[in-house]
Amino acid sequence: MLSKKNLQLNENGDLHHLLAIEGLPKRIIERILDTAESFVGINEREVKVVPLLRGKSIFNIFFENSTRTRTTFEIAAKRLSADVVSLDVARSSTNKGETILDTIANLTAMHADMFVVRHAESGAPYLIAQHAAPHVHVVNAGDGRHEHPTQGLLDVFTIRKYKKDFTRLTVAIVGDVLHSRVARSQIHALTTLGVPEVRVIGPRTLLPADIERLGVRVFTSLEEGLKGVDVVTMLRLQNERMTGALLPSASEYFSRYGLTPQKLALAKPDAIVLHPGPMNRGVEIDSAVADGKQSVILPQVTYGIAVRMAVMAILSGSTR
Amino acid sequence: MTAQNESLPDAEALFNDLKAQMAPAIAYDAKLVGVYSGGAWLADRLAAELDGEHEVGYIDVSFYRDDLSTSGLKSNVRSTQIPFSVQGAHIVIVDDVLFTGRSIRAAVNTLFDYGRPASVQLAVLVDRGGRELPIAADYVGAPLIVSRDLMLALSKDDAGKFALTTEPWIQR
Repeated sequence: MLSKKNLQLNENGDLHHLLAIEGLPKRIIERILDTAESFVGINEREVKVVPLLRGKSIFNIFFENSTRTRTTFEIAAKRLSADVVSLDVARSSTNKGETILDTIANLTAMHADMFVVRHAESGAPYLIAQHAAPHVHVVNAGDGRHEHPTQGLLDVFTIRKYKKDFTRLTVAIVGDVLHSRVARSQIHALTTLGVPEVRVIGPRTLLPADIERLGVRVFTSLEEGLKGVDVVTMLRLQNERMTGALLPSASEYFSRYGLTPQKLALAKPDAIVLHPGPMNRGVEIDSAVADGKQSVILPQVTYGIAVRMAVMAILSGSTR
Repeated sequence: MTAQNESLPDAEALFNDLKAQMAPAIAYDAKLVGVYSGGAWLADRLAAELDGEHEVGYIDVSFYRDDLSTSGLKSNVRSTQIPFSVQGAHIVIVDDVLFTGRSIRAAVNTLFDYGRPASVQLAVLVDRGGRELPIAADYVGAPLIVSRDLMLALSKDDAGKFALTTEPWIQR
């Protein structure tokens, strides 16, 4: 039986599904980060494979397209010696009318051990986890506006690599927080790990009305919000937001909220810059910052593989 | 729960016996690879006290074990560190207790993902029998009979002194 309190944990309190950072105990987040640390070493070896998940079948089911996230999950699964199959469901049976649960039931009949799911609807991975066979694990690879937990984990893993101690940090998250599952996952991870000050910075139209409820400070001025921060996370501005009357134009957005070297100079001198990708250069971030000394955007991608390996390894060791 | 059993042999004496067997036998530049955690402590002490130039590495076998689905991934996995070239090297794997042989099988597999050693030997402080694989140690501090119900492990106090302890297996 899964604990009623938290669908993600089994009765021993071990992680059985990874659906959201919200509600995850600190010990679980720290265990994932510590395990990922060991996997970083494997990714630097000549033979970048360990036999841990040999014989396991992992299905990447992406109801919404994402080349990068799907690829890093694939690499992570392969480096653990799992058999991995990626389905671009956006273009297959669901278009013929099959329901999500029928798709899952069919894949389970093919002896799947784990589903990595991306879906445009918030909560879709929960639906799958609730109906999955007891031995099957579900990883949320991004659901609607809700959460993208492995991205949140790789963000805090990257921050820990450069800043060591969370308990004295000020972290700013800049941009379209309203539509960002990345922002939500990162905020929950940071506050659970004891970051004393998390700021969100953006135009009112792109900040959720009740965002303070998550324990963050709200700034509408980038200059004000960046003062003295240790970490800056830039969010991707999705082009479709321009047409939705939420914003005037890309160039005006860049002039007010784009991260330039001059604005970054308001943060601490050793501040680091994160971005979940894909970047819109000249919209939310200046190339001089993206390619600059303070950017840790490419290390984020590298660490993302180790973090996803850790999640898959820990889930596979959990039983019901 | 940890019991320091009066009947268990003195680990420091076993260490000296083990060292005395290895001293005349291992290559001058043999690399010592300790299996976390007891084997890592032993490898450090052996490298410091044996003549020759013995580089030290450490292996955590968690990612190479065959019991993930029954035992899960242990919570404190450490990073395997092999800071030298395995290719063509004479290597001695060092562990505290040799039991089923599964950890050593995993350690050998780990090692081979770093290269092809010229030779691999095994040194253990205690051989408690109960093998489930065709594995034998080249250097043994002492054979020891311990109930299968008990886990036997090496501990180290603040002064660096070794002791053997037994405790019931951790049930998940």
